Amino acid sequence: MGAPNPWFSWAYVQANRDDITTALTQHVLLTVEAVAIAALVALPLALVAFRHPRLSGLVIGTSGVLYTVPSLALFAVLYPVLRDRRTTVLVGLVVYALLVLVRNVLVGLRGVDPAVTDAARGLGQSPGRILFTVQLPNALPSVVVGLRLATVSTVALVTIGVVVGYGGLGQLMYRGFTSLYRAEIVTATVLTLAVALVADVLLWLAGRLATPWARGRR
Amino acid sequence: MNGNGVLAQTLRWLNDPLNWQGPHGVPALTVEHLGMSAAAVLIAAVVALPLGVWLGHRPRGGGLTVVASNTSRALPTLALLFIFATTGLGFGNRPTVLAAALFAMPPILSHAFTGVREVDPAARDAAGGMGMSAARVLGTVELPLALPLIGAGLRTAAVQVVATVPLAALVGGGGLGTIIVTGFATQRYGQVVAGGILVAALCLAVEAVLAFGQRVLTPRPMRAVAVGR
Repeated sequence: MGAPNPWFSWAYVQANRDDITTALTQHVLLTVEAVAIAALVALPLALVAFRHPRLSGLVIGTSGVLYTVPSLALFAVLYPVLRDRRTTVLVGLVVYALLVLVRNVLVGLRGVDPAVTDAARGLGQSPGRILFTVQLPNALPSVVVGLRLATVSTVALVTIGVVVGYGGLGQLMYRGFTSLYRAEIVTATVLTLAVALVADVLLWLAGRLATPWARGRR
Repeated sequence: MNGNGVLAQTLRWLNDPLNWQGPHGVPALTVEHLGMSAAAVLIAAVVALPLGVWLGHRPRGGGLTVVASNTSRALPTLALLFIFATTGLGFGNRPTVLAAALFAMPPILSHAFTGVREVDPAARDAAGGMGMSAARVLGTVELPLALPLIGAGLRTAAVQVVATVPLAALVGGGGLGTIIVTGFATQRYGQVVAGGILVAALCLAVEAVLAFGQRVLTPRPMRAVAVGR
């Protein structure tokens, strides 16, 4: 290999600005969409599991089993059925994010101090009202932790989408790999880490804003 | 939509005796897969276990351990594999084992750290009060009490490694992932699904075996602690 193979090249970034922007947008959109859908599905699922303890064993068990399935295998099974690259990756990402979220929402709901729930019941609140005004707000810190965890792992997981040819920044990594060009792989990797970091900080901030009462505790 | 067609192809692939024999048959690939996984877990354990135990044993510090192990989630395995390929490590199984080992370290490290750190201070004090040296406290009190969590960390790491090794196929390595990647490359989607099912089944089997092993190896009075992962 006589040609120079730098770890980073500004010239590469400038020459490939469009490709990088496309991959980055694809990556961010996939992540946001996947986590949003997962959150919408996870909340009612966790609530049902919380209300019916018998179901919660089933939900936790199933999610544990599904979580063990590697992403490559999941994409492999989904793609031939769905026949759409974007949908395949999106559905796979939603499944994994869903599992993390359901678990964390359940943990949060279960961790609510029974004395607080009792107090609300003593004030004559209905179960529904207790859920929305006492239990869910108290579970919020745990939900935020789940959201952060799900988002960060989703960002990393998007790259596996290269097996079906829709992997956001992973696509750039793969191109860099096939041409053995380091700068492209490293640029895509650093951008992936940056996306994860920014998302994590944003969610952390949102969590702090949403739970002003929890700030003093830590 | 021809989901039925794919299903039929999947069954045909799984029932084809040719796919189950020879150096690229399912049994051979499974053995290769498990061998790579074992090597990765071993490397990770050799590095991360002593480090985690030591960090947990020290009275202070170590907060960074948990942060670092959480941040490592964001680094895509694929990126590491591709970067390895452009260095002297080259292609195939070796860089994959290394990458899988690197990603297996955080769970082992953080579990060992938490396990030792969270030992009841009263037990530690009692041992110290009996005149035990720090090393003895570690060996006879802290380590045995931390064992369930250490085991949980190893188990998490092992399952994760078995799930990561299929990526080797993307950089020219072996293992069960080759079935999937070859299937995609040749557009034989029945084979792709069959590979996906095999990989998933292997992961579930490893998880089940390890969970059972951990249960059997944990002394009865400590089983309640071992549930957490």
